[in-house]
Amino acid sequence: MSDVITVNASGLSCPQPVMLTKKALDGLSSGTVEILVDTATSRNNVSRFASNKGWNVDVEERDGGGYKLTLTK
Amino acid sequence: MDKALTSKHGPLIAGGLIGLIAVALAHFGNPGNMGFCVACFTRDIAGALGFHRAGVVQYIRPEIPGFILGSFLSAMMFREYSPRGGSSPAVRFGLGMFAMLGALVFLGCPWRAYLRVSGGDWNALYGVGGLAVGVIIGIVFLKMGFSLGASDKNPKASGLVMPLIALGLLAFLFIAPKFGENAPVFFSEKGPGSQHAPALMALAAGLIVGWLAQRSRFCTVGAIRDFLMMGDAYLLKGIISFMVVAFVANYALGTFNPGFEGQPVAHSNQTWNFLGMVLSGLAFTLAGGCPGRQLIMAGEGDSDAGVFVLGMLAGAAVAHNFSAASSGAGIGAYGIHVTVAGLIFCAFVGLFCRDRG
Repeated sequence: MSDVITVNASGLSCPQPVMLTKKALDGLSSGTVEILVDTATSRNNVSRFASNKGWNVDVEERDGGGYKLTLTK
Repeated sequence: MDKALTSKHGPLIAGGLIGLIAVALAHFGNPGNMGFCVACFTRDIAGALGFHRAGVVQYIRPEIPGFILGSFLSAMMFREYSPRGGSSPAVRFGLGMFAMLGALVFLGCPWRAYLRVSGGDWNALYGVGGLAVGVIIGIVFLKMGFSLGASDKNPKASGLVMPLIALGLLAFLFIAPKFGENAPVFFSEKGPGSQHAPALMALAAGLIVGWLAQRSRFCTVGAIRDFLMMGDAYLLKGIISFMVVAFVANYALGTFNPGFEGQPVAHSNQTWNFLGMVLSGLAFTLAGGCPGRQLIMAGEGDSDAGVFVLGMLAGAAVAHNFSAASSGAGIGAYGIHVTVAGLIFCAFVGLFCRDRG
């Protein structure tokens, strides 16, 4: 099991959460990447981007607001 | 319905409905090709409040408070109300101000730029071209590491400020108080400000669009940005259906008038139609979304978007008080100056604002 990469994109304006996700996934053929976002819009945008790239997306609501997206491939 | 709006076809469905409502509003009294124009409407509100004294563009446009309240109610209902803020608010105020100044050089926000094309106003093709170039410049800054920093969660009550301002504006519209002789609230007796759909109809339209846009994330700037930057056509489909439906509706109602001359609330100075929208498109991209989207986010409790909207209100006042706004006769005496100043401001922001995290 390789290390989990965590990207904190909470509070960032569009399209930065997706850009950070892209940066984390680029060159990665498999593994686990966690993305933290604060809004439903960012949650949807990151999910759509990652699914389109063939990653599995698991969404979890965080205590105190926001979402943790776990991307696996 | 909510399933459809939040599906991958959400922007497509919302865009079509918004295009239809826009043409209907123009049919029932709004100025030509101005079913919706966040810039023009905010400018009219600034005039009604006496922030500028251009007598022909003063009216409390209920569509704007409608957007904020429609989004607020939708966000509440779907548990997406999340007060937040603190991402370079003063910079966002400046971006809102210059986005408005650029839009008033062109005579329309991105929403109206598309609507003008759908109504056959070919001058707006220069505006849409400028908008795309502004977005591309914004993308370059984003790729170079531009960021206004992260916002933080704010107290629940803080997100109520913009909805309360929206309610106050509606009270001013329907009660129409006078705060003294030659004092606001002003309502234009002639010119574009005097042309409007019935207030309750316009308010209902605003509320519906606020809800549609909140659910679907409809964004007239994000559409171009996401497509050019990532090849993602999700939001772009919303703009295409917005324009196609508006065109068909205009054609059916006989309000499709192709040409350059004699277009409603427009001028045909192509250079500044183009450059005004370069400024606007760049400022919206740096702020993370089009003016409609800023109103929607303000309704969701985003104080930074709220500050951007207040910047637009200030920009409208500046545009008319300092003779920078265009009119049907052409660009204002200082339209070029504010556009250049705005481009310099945006370049400075784009180059020097970076996330320290």
